[in-house]
Amino acid sequence: MTTEKILTSEEVKEIQKIYQHFPLKSAACIEGLKVVQKYHGWVSDEAIKELAEILEMSPAAIDSAATYYSLIFRRPVGRHVIMVCDSVSCWIMGYDKIIDCLKNKLGINYGETTPDDRFTLLPIPCLGTCDHAPAMIIDEYLHNDLITDNLDTILEKYK
Amino acid sequence: MVKVFIDNKAYEVDDSKNMLETCLSLGLNLPYFCWHPALGSVGACRECAVVKYKDENDKKGKLVMACLEPVVNNIRISIEALEAHQFRAGNVEALMTNHPHDCPVCDEGGECHLQDMTVMTGHNYRRYRFKKRTHTNQYLGPFINHEMNRCIQCYRCVRFYKDYAGGKDLDVFAAHDDVYFGRQEPGVLENEFSGNLVEVCPTGVFTDKTLKKHYTRKWDLTDAPSICHQCALGCNTIASERYGSIRRILSRYNGDVNGYFLCDRGRFGYEYVNSEKRILTASKKQNGTLSAINKEQAIQEIREIIKVDKKIIGIGSPKASLESNFLLSQLVGAENFYAGITSTEGKLIQLVVEIMKGGKVKIPSLSEVEGYDAVFILGEDVTNTAPMLVLSLRQAAKNKPREQAVAMKIPEWNDAAVRDVVQEATGPFYIATAHATKLDEIATKTYYAHPDNIARLGYAVTNKINQQPTIVDSDEETEALAQSISNALLAAKKPLIISGTSLYNEAIIQSAANIAFALMDKGKNPGLVYIVPEVNSIGLSMISHQFLEDIYEKPNKDDDKTAIILETDLYQKMDKHNTDTFLNQYTNVIVLDYLHNATCSEATYILPAGTFAEADGTVINNEGRAQRFYQVHIPENDVKSSWKWLQDLLMNNSTPSVKNFDEVIESLVEVFPELQAIKSIAPDSDFREGTQKIPREPHRYSGRTAMHANTHVSESRPPEDPDSALSFTMEGYAGIPPSAITPFYWSPGWNSVQAINKYQIEVGGPLHGGNPGKRLFEPIENSNAIYFKNNPLPFSPRKQEWLALPLYHIFGSEELSAQSPALKERIPKAYIALNNNDALKAGIAEGNVLEILFNGEKHRLPAKLSIQLPEGIIGLPKGFIETAGIHFPFWTTLNRLNNV
Amino acid sequence: MEKPLTEHIKNDGTSLSLMEYENAGGYQALRKALKLSPEEIQKIVKDSGLKGRGGAGFSTGSKWGLVPMGKDVPTPKYFIANADEMEPGSFKDRLLLEGNPHQLIEGIIIGAYAIQARFSYVFLRWAYHQASKVITQAIQQAYEAGYLGENILGTDFHLDMSMHISVGRYICGEETALLNALEGKRANPRSKPPFPVVSGLFGKPTVVNNVETLSNVPHIISKGADWFKKLSITDEGGTKLYGASGRVKKPGLWELPLGTSLREILEVHAGYMQNGYNFKGVLPGGGSTDFLTTIHLDVPMDYASVSKIGSRLGTGTIIVLDDKTCPVGMVRNLEHFFAQESCGWCTPCREGLPWTAKLLDALESGNGIMEDLNILASHVHYMAPGKTFCALAPGAMEPLESALKYFKEDFEKHVHEHKCPWN
Repeated sequence: MTTEKILTSEEVKEIQKIYQHFPLKSAACIEGLKVVQKYHGWVSDEAIKELAEILEMSPAAIDSAATYYSLIFRRPVGRHVIMVCDSVSCWIMGYDKIIDCLKNKLGINYGETTPDDRFTLLPIPCLGTCDHAPAMIIDEYLHNDLITDNLDTILEKYK
Repeated sequence: MVKVFIDNKAYEVDDSKNMLETCLSLGLNLPYFCWHPALGSVGACRECAVVKYKDENDKKGKLVMACLEPVVNNIRISIEALEAHQFRAGNVEALMTNHPHDCPVCDEGGECHLQDMTVMTGHNYRRYRFKKRTHTNQYLGPFINHEMNRCIQCYRCVRFYKDYAGGKDLDVFAAHDDVYFGRQEPGVLENEFSGNLVEVCPTGVFTDKTLKKHYTRKWDLTDAPSICHQCALGCNTIASERYGSIRRILSRYNGDVNGYFLCDRGRFGYEYVNSEKRILTASKKQNGTLSAINKEQAIQEIREIIKVDKKIIGIGSPKASLESNFLLSQLVGAENFYAGITSTEGKLIQLVVEIMKGGKVKIPSLSEVEGYDAVFILGEDVTNTAPMLVLSLRQAAKNKPREQAVAMKIPEWNDAAVRDVVQEATGPFYIATAHATKLDEIATKTYYAHPDNIARLGYAVTNKINQQPTIVDSDEETEALAQSISNALLAAKKPLIISGTSLYNEAIIQSAANIAFALMDKGKNPGLVYIVPEVNSIGLSMISHQFLEDIYEKPNKDDDKTAIILETDLYQKMDKHNTDTFLNQYTNVIVLDYLHNATCSEATYILPAGTFAEADGTVINNEGRAQRFYQVHIPENDVKSSWKWLQDLLMNNSTPSVKNFDEVIESLVEVFPELQAIKSIAPDSDFREGTQKIPREPHRYSGRTAMHANTHVSESRPPEDPDSALSFTMEGYAGIPPSAITPFYWSPGWNSVQAINKYQIEVGGPLHGGNPGKRLFEPIENSNAIYFKNNPLPFSPRKQEWLALPLYHIFGSEELSAQSPALKERIPKAYIALNNNDALKAGIAEGNVLEILFNGEKHRLPAKLSIQLPEGIIGLPKGFIETAGIHFPFWTTLNRLNNV
Repeated sequence: MEKPLTEHIKNDGTSLSLMEYENAGGYQALRKALKLSPEEIQKIVKDSGLKGRGGAGFSTGSKWGLVPMGKDVPTPKYFIANADEMEPGSFKDRLLLEGNPHQLIEGIIIGAYAIQARFSYVFLRWAYHQASKVITQAIQQAYEAGYLGENILGTDFHLDMSMHISVGRYICGEETALLNALEGKRANPRSKPPFPVVSGLFGKPTVVNNVETLSNVPHIISKGADWFKKLSITDEGGTKLYGASGRVKKPGLWELPLGTSLREILEVHAGYMQNGYNFKGVLPGGGSTDFLTTIHLDVPMDYASVSKIGSRLGTGTIIVLDDKTCPVGMVRNLEHFFAQESCGWCTPCREGLPWTAKLLDALESGNGIMEDLNILASHVHYMAPGKTFCALAPGAMEPLESALKYFKEDFEKHVHEHKCPWN
């Protein structure tokens, strides 16, 4: 009985293509994690093991890098990831109100996912749009100049 | 040498070091955590802060980390400056914010580097009033306990485990104050040197699980300087006892041999000493069963037997000390003394000794191996036959790539910077073995072949070095490989050849010597290392020349024959049938041994022999270094060293009585003058520091009287040790003892193993008085060693038969440690291994039960595939219970059993 | 007033295409540079006085000059643009990345040529998605136009360029941590020496420069060191992207001569405070700089002048503290950021910053005691420059130290009133 692999052969090929560019396979560790997350949304223990085989590294070494970085998710996330900037300029410009509103609307706290798997809520440091604070990113889209009144409109776009 | 100023005092010091090493070498107490003499500096913990001044006029200075500060001429630093002092105390305060108040229940307490440094910095008041971060612990196997809350994030564990020892499954996870040191998931730590974590970790995160079973504080232990008996490398250890049982083994620093470390077999394989199978009393076979008898009576009766019996033979042991073997040989007469090993093994060891005695090439010590920059291994799975050699080889493999870092003027001690340059590169490293080995991962090229073909490769390399014509009928691929190897060896500054007796092949050993000879003749600086099986294989070889087959096959129709067997289970060495026949010939079988075994069951008398823990002795390691191990305690039963029993048996009116250990050695070297050097391994038993002996117990040892209060209330006189300059008490010399008789490490303020710093002339270097042990084989100028001319024919597989070779396991192949409970958990199941293709052709799948024949005996074991054995060859685990008595190599049929 | 960095950047947020960039004079500097020797390029940049715009302010030309040159040096050499802008309150590199990627690319190519690098990277933070699209496209266009690849513009200079998108962690912006991230490892910083110019990416000579720094390079080559020097008000050379965030009327980004006064940035360009808010203080260069107050407003915003009054120019993007915002709360936000972004390598940062953050939590929630203020002061000393492995913790201490100095009463009020007076 063979367990099904997490990574498809295309994904494996993509990672193999990437490590050609590095002097060592192990240097492609982070890129490999990004490929996994691109297709699966997060990186599971099993994916770590498969990636380790492809890159000829130990699972521990891969996980050591994976758990270091805040944007590699080692737990499942919802269909959309909301990342709210909690740094100083957004904080001055009303972050507290925004996050309280979001937490209320979604009924979840930081690090949690809505029961319908629609949204995961995470903090993120300064998004570099401080002249349009407060701000947040959902998936890959930047939403800034946030006010509590337009949060619903923004969230509606994400099914 | 340059001048440095520390707290306004001038010192002349070595300028290749950093300031932390320098301060410690000068005996100054500068706190540190993350630096380690074997691991170099990384500057993480910030504990070694000192103030550095621009010149003598600079009064302010600036804080720098001594571990990353190179020694330069006229550098001025201060350890005592208030700013440095306050910073170091504040740094410990920061570490303490999350450290649990575990000291009273923590195994590390009493030998904890964190405790020592906290006291040293003077931090003693907690200002942090918030919650501590906590972690969950992991199961890490039978050897190591995990308690992550105690972690101070010095990163030493992962640096040792990954960078130094090549381990893959321990790492650091997460970031900021949440960093976690452990495995990716709970499970047994795979690296063979994981046990060193207990010494490398400065707190109680990683502790000895075997010690935990019978935990004792360091100050309550009786210690002795010992030698690990579980392979031929002779690593130095400290063995510790309390209440009659051995509690744990620590590494004993020897700058020439094992340095700071041990392998897991040596560290955790000691539990057999406390086994229920220990023979504790003298016994005699009466009415078919063995029962205890009074020891004096036993001696008397045996003396009578010896006087009367017409034929007495003695079988010695490569596990036993020189002294025990020697006295047995004296007792029965040299012509009646046989080494308890097969003649195949014995002759190969003799060959090795001959080559080493020949003195053409240097035989490097374990630590000297680290300095070689190209390596060729012939026929040895070093990870399993001489594990600590792997640690040295892993460092050696970095030498060539390190040259780049040297060219960039990065100091050797700046470990992180060197690794950034070296990355994963390794120098020229060639391994020719019978199957894939763990060390292959650092090899430039590997070559899996039958032992004869390995020897042929060796001969081909020699030819290339000597620029001689190609051997007839050798194939292109092998020729090309031989050329690469010879090029690499010739290009190296210090090439190293490693071989040994493991595959029972004479040609391999000879071809290895040839390569080294050829390199020597070409003006290179080669080294030659041979791996042999047992702790005293070399020693036994130098005082015996007959083997088991010689006595098994010797026709002898005498009645009344006696065999005295020393520390040998014949059923492990020779097959059951022949051993039964052999033992049946003897009226009296007198066995001196420590653990009950099959031979003991056939004995007529058993005398309880002392293991390394209950005996003094000398053993000679594979390098030809004679080393001394000392008794840890005097057991409260009949157990004593074999040589003491033999001495008792030797004593009668015609033999002068021998008083003590030194006198046994005197007699030994009289008979074997080439072993003269063993007299000067350690100070004699009459050595004193002033008038004082060296105590085996630290001065805080407690409970001496209370221990025996159940039998008698008054304080009894401590037992005497007539055989060494050590005492079985805590009274005695409190300073640094001579290196060969150092029982434990302690210095005021340094209760942990870090106290070793005080015992070395310079930190990381030789001990005061020199590293212990006396080498017997040194290079001889104009040696007349000649090349061997024994190139074998290529191996031909047979059609219906398979050649069986031994496969070694660090856990399982060594007889004694395999009987230790913790280590036993790590022993794999016995198997018959074969090549994937062969299995396919024969219709064999993994796990199928196979049957082989050795000397008419059937052995059935499950199949194991894919360890890349060559075709036509099968592998069996050496030394396992299931393969006891099997001699390698041998031809056998192979049958797959159905419905099994 | 010349604004070489931003004059061609479009208002609609789209980036300059290759054609638009070339029409504006783009890649002429590269053509000119390739006719000079690498050493000549280094000299021009050095003479221009260009200082690292990532916050450190080290002379760019001098840094390039430390790279070993010649035949027997370790290769390949690397040239990296640090586009991991994550300093709280900083948003200047984003404008250049999104608005004029070719300007950056040209700067990288010239810099790589100056040190004879073979490979170059743009190390971009994940959150800058638009920049990622735009730069990917721009790199491809540059290859197609022959500005990248082998034999660039017919010379024997070869350079490959790729973009690496970071996966988080502020410390990646520290140049040696960035190198570790590129090597696929945990992004802990490295100790110096050896410096990256000697042993950098994969142990080879490497230069890491900030995006704004590199964007200046084509202009310096085109118009010369003297031209560049004359652009600034004080003598450090060039223009600077200054920004303002917080409760000012017009938060934004402006390219002004280096050395423009803080007052001018705050009052003229940012329009001073919003109605109902008064000025209380400002962090002149991002979250890891010291507070300045009304008495400092006339300071020229250049590296030396700001340093002289006890702060740092840093990224030059000011964060304004108004009187309706609690200074303790502001510092608390910053210290939580720094504590969570600690890599975990060295003791003071890893253990000291969370302690600092917890003390500020206690103060903000009304549970602070006077002793907490003493401990905060001792932490400033404990995590001072030189004591830690890198500059993260000392940077974290800058706003704290200055807040304790200038807003001491506010801290004490939190203790005495057992609550935050601003709530």
